[in-house]
Amino acid sequence: MFKMLPEVAGSGAALLNVTIDGRRHAAREGDSVAATLFAAGLPSCRTTPVTGVPRGPYCMMGVCFDCLVVIDGRPNQQGCMVRVRDGMVIERQQGARLVPGVVEVQ
Amino acid sequence: MTITDRYDLAVVGAGPAGLAAAEQAMRTGLSTVLFDEQMAPGGQIYRAITTTPLTRREILGDDYWHGSDLVTTFTRSGATYAPGSTVWAATREPDGGFEIGVSCAGEARLVKVRHLILATGAQERPFPIPGWTLPGVMTAGAAQILLKTAGLAPGSRTVLAGTGPLLYVAAAQFAAVGAPAHCLLDTTPRGHLRKAWAHALDFLRSPYLMNGLSILRAARSSTTIVRHVDAIEALGAERLEHVAYSVDGNRVEIAADLLLLHQGVVPSINLSSAIGCAHHWDDAQLAFVPTVDRWGASSVAGVTIAGDAAGIAGARAARARGTLAALHAAGMCGRLTAAQRDQHADAARAELAHWSRGRSFVDAMYRPADTFRIPAGDTLVCRCEEVSARQIADTVKLGCTGPNQMKSFLRCGMGPCQGRLCGLTVTEIIAREREVTPGEVGYYQLRFPIKPITLRELATLPQTQASEQAVVRIPRSP
Repeated sequence: MFKMLPEVAGSGAALLNVTIDGRRHAAREGDSVAATLFAAGLPSCRTTPVTGVPRGPYCMMGVCFDCLVVIDGRPNQQGCMVRVRDGMVIERQQGARLVPGVVEVQ
Repeated sequence: MTITDRYDLAVVGAGPAGLAAAEQAMRTGLSTVLFDEQMAPGGQIYRAITTTPLTRREILGDDYWHGSDLVTTFTRSGATYAPGSTVWAATREPDGGFEIGVSCAGEARLVKVRHLILATGAQERPFPIPGWTLPGVMTAGAAQILLKTAGLAPGSRTVLAGTGPLLYVAAAQFAAVGAPAHCLLDTTPRGHLRKAWAHALDFLRSPYLMNGLSILRAARSSTTIVRHVDAIEALGAERLEHVAYSVDGNRVEIAADLLLLHQGVVPSINLSSAIGCAHHWDDAQLAFVPTVDRWGASSVAGVTIAGDAAGIAGARAARARGTLAALHAAGMCGRLTAAQRDQHADAARAELAHWSRGRSFVDAMYRPADTFRIPAGDTLVCRCEEVSARQIADTVKLGCTGPNQMKSFLRCGMGPCQGRLCGLTVTEIIAREREVTPGEVGYYQLRFPIKPITLRELATLPQTQASEQAVVRIPRSP
């Protein structure tokens, strides 16, 4: 779907190490989390809370909230608005999220 | 840069209008802070202009690089620049100014200002077709952002679809990096050129004509264009696999892994709306637009709106509108007399007139077709809460007459995007069902915070003694 232009891939920009769903990936410094997912060939970033269907980033400018992912354990982060950091742990988000530390009452 | 607690002026948005406004305000002696959600200045039109890895100038073109000079002038102005900052509230203070709630790098804070300039720009109009929520379907602007910011180009199985100049700009840019789209499905209906002809004289004298022709040429020479497309469907199980389209009832299906949609842009009105500024339905632009005077002053004293946020007119016009808004703010804050303000405004007014010429032709020519704005059946309208067009139409038949009541029935507009991707569609479906104008139906009532903010962030805001007492009910001292 998207490919990094050769002139950009070979430009010598720093590469960072991130993990996406437990697998290591190289990310270009300065890129957003959503761009890093596309560069890794992943068009979907979450499943929806209502019907559980897959979704991917739609607007890339902070408007649609479709690019929500879990970043370093924090859920509901807009992947298009956060820049990757070295060592960042990115997880694609499955369904609705609970507030961290809150236990669901049966 | 450190943000202090008080400024004369806050500008929201670092696109052409916001950058020009902040720079002009500093020149008239207003202490100014510019809040912007993005990490670098430029807004969406000049997105990543200081950081883009695309160094060959011809790829993004002169229209893009024009923004460099704007950013340089702004940087030299001495205005406080707060990137990565989301303004989520602005409430009236007893002294007539505003208290702004803003999150900077995940930390909420309150900043007091005398005047506010909203330069929140535009967003792409919702494009509700069957399958538009599948991964692999996104806006053409989103793909341009990936190109500008990250040097990511669409692959060979890409379909562009919709109407409007920006769709062709995207096609030309993708071709310029050696990644032309497989095809472009143009949804401009037959007969639009004839309707737009009434505005042609203005357009023929406008600066957009020559530029537009060269973009059209670049797009046409690289990409197959299919005209008069009257239906589009995105198909796939877990992600986009095929795009189906039809022309005069003839259906064609093509393999694709990326569908880029675009049918114009509409003002981003969430902040102006929540503040309480009056808005009206603009039938030429098919959108709700803040009601402003010739300086951009809204119906709320102390709130001026500049650039596309006050009605779509493009980047060059936005720059002039930013300057005018700042001159108005300087007048309101007593830095300029009315005569000085008017004198300074002459150049900006001439610039605005120049870059506004031809707009009515563009609005008429690229007016998106009803079928792509007002969906029916199972097509999702509210992406967050997954509400379909049929549900909305059926609920109108039950007696639900407006978008706010619709929230209670269906939760549409109540997800994290706060109606940004469904508001116009919901209004237009209700209007069609009730056979009234969208203006009569109105828009969602928007409230603060206009972007989601965590309770933890709100809880860390500094508290006054009075606000603490209101909550913990400290007993009166004896």
